[in-house]
Amino acid sequence: MNGPRGLSPFNVASLALGLAFLYLPIVILMIYSFNASRLVTVWGGWSLRWYQEFFQDRAMIEAGWMSLRVGATSATIATLLGTLAAVALSRGEGFKGRTLFSGMLYAPLVMPEVITGLSLLLLFVAVNAERGFWTVTIAHTTLTMCFVAVVVQSRLTSLDRSLEEAAMDLGCSPARAFLAVTLPLIAPAIAAGWMLAFTLSLDDLVIASFTTGPGSATLPIRIYSEVRLGVKPEINAICTLVIALISMVIVVASLATKLSGAQRETAAPL
Amino acid sequence: MPLLRIERVVKRFGTFRAVDGVSLDIHAGEFFALLGPSGCGKTTLLRMLAGFEGPDEGRILLNGKDIANVLPHERPVNMMFQNYALFPHLSVRDNIAFGLKRAGMARSEIDARVAEMVALVKLEGLEKRKPDNLSGGQKQRVALARSLARRPQMLLLDEPLAALDKKLRESTQFELMELQRRLGLTFVIVTHDQEEAMTVAGRIGVMDSGRLDQVASPRELYEAPHSRWIAEFVGDVNLFDGEIEAREHHRLTIATRDAGMLVVAEPRQGVRKTTVSVAIRPEKVKLSRLGPAPDAIASQPINRLEGIITDVSYLGALTTYKVRLDSGAILRSSMANTARIDIDAYNLSQRVVAWFTPDDCLVLEQ
Repeated sequence: MNGPRGLSPFNVASLALGLAFLYLPIVILMIYSFNASRLVTVWGGWSLRWYQEFFQDRAMIEAGWMSLRVGATSATIATLLGTLAAVALSRGEGFKGRTLFSGMLYAPLVMPEVITGLSLLLLFVAVNAERGFWTVTIAHTTLTMCFVAVVVQSRLTSLDRSLEEAAMDLGCSPARAFLAVTLPLIAPAIAAGWMLAFTLSLDDLVIASFTTGPGSATLPIRIYSEVRLGVKPEINAICTLVIALISMVIVVASLATKLSGAQRETAAPL
Repeated sequence: MPLLRIERVVKRFGTFRAVDGVSLDIHAGEFFALLGPSGCGKTTLLRMLAGFEGPDEGRILLNGKDIANVLPHERPVNMMFQNYALFPHLSVRDNIAFGLKRAGMARSEIDARVAEMVALVKLEGLEKRKPDNLSGGQKQRVALARSLARRPQMLLLDEPLAALDKKLRESTQFELMELQRRLGLTFVIVTHDQEEAMTVAGRIGVMDSGRLDQVASPRELYEAPHSRWIAEFVGDVNLFDGEIEAREHHRLTIATRDAGMLVVAEPRQGVRKTTVSVAIRPEKVKLSRLGPAPDAIASQPINRLEGIITDVSYLGALTTYKVRLDSGAILRSSMANTARIDIDAYNLSQRVVAWFTPDDCLVLEQ
């Protein structure tokens, strides 16, 4: 046979089955979001009726707006803190407790969300914080910060230390050298970290439901409570919009990571 | 007053003494090389001059002022990094202009200086390229231009040519010397390549295990090394251990284990020990079929050793021979191939006489 081998019929079949398993439910949901019928399971022809309904549903719009605000704010704070943590951990070579601290930073990655949510709730109750926008934002920052730190740290460790030294040699104070050389080079990783944090916050139901208060439900909470009363086709429309938003963010984030990877090759010595 | 004075500088990493009591003066306009095997502390010493490391003991004086606590960006010293450390997100022009912008120069001045530097290292037409799209030699030039742009009092070069291939390295060595002479700057280069150090530098400091063993001109280092270690590190050498038997008329007679009695010139500073090594560079060892030429014998006593050729390596300009002496020891000789057709070339297993004069030998005490 000439050239690279193509897929065998078996490969094609298994790929198709795997993809169907992953995406069929979502595709069905998206198709049914354009259903004219009031009943979720009965096809009544194409319509944008439920999208209209959603845009007139004040409570749902507010929940969506709340989610976007929480996502953007917590992602920004998490990016700031996560980047600082990554810089500190990748720089302190002589620092004895470095392994311990990186371990502690990454622990939330594998911590069950119920535990994170519950512990944060206990904390907020203990300090008597009024639950609402800020408690959810702080909780999401806690959740997403370690993801940002992981992304930024991997970029930083691949960066040549002598670049910063060269900047200092050429007249930059250490802080200036970081801003003029390191920051532009890790910017794609920081952007990818932000988008990752944003989508994680948008997705989260468990931690948000622990830490939110009356009148400040996020979109997942709102959807979940609606569904418990019976699935309205409007939910399908909302979910389709959320899927569209998240896939957009993921595409941008992966493009940013790719860009950062291309620069990594440049930054490597020779 | 030297431009740079290093006084008993010590740098420790944990319990390891990377630089162990180095004292050194470097004068303005000098091309100085720090030579040593990897891990000898030469790069650490250079990094202390640049300000990336601080000495644990001792002082570093630049123009008579202690710069131990002066941060890298406040020193009138620039460094060219081993891997060049070009900023990948900036163009060639912006890389060169980087240090000038920090110095607060006016835009027109920066443009003029960048153009001057680009012309100096012959990079015309590449100003807008990113480092990624340059060859190794071009990157090296950008790094050089960038480190020279601020007109430092002293330029530090950390293995600047290690990444280039042999031909390019040789031509770049001459360009570096040219540049240094033309600009009248002080260059301090760190290298593990003794040929490179001998080519470019006016003076060489040989370092080993954190200590500065000898500071000398290339010729002195090669012809009069202070120790066995330096003799072996700089170039090839034949070494014979022995005891001093007699000394008369500035000649020492040394009984060696492997080469019998050798007559050598007595060093000017004298010899204190009786157990010494005799060092002879391979190119000082002449071979012949019969014996030394009569006029060589007439002028002075000759060391004459017989043996069998066991190895011949033709290297183009030189041919090196290994001669197994009757004691079993190996003596190396190298001869310039001055004629294109050499009917006198020696063959394997041929019996020859190897000879050298007392002045060709060097007595080493350590």
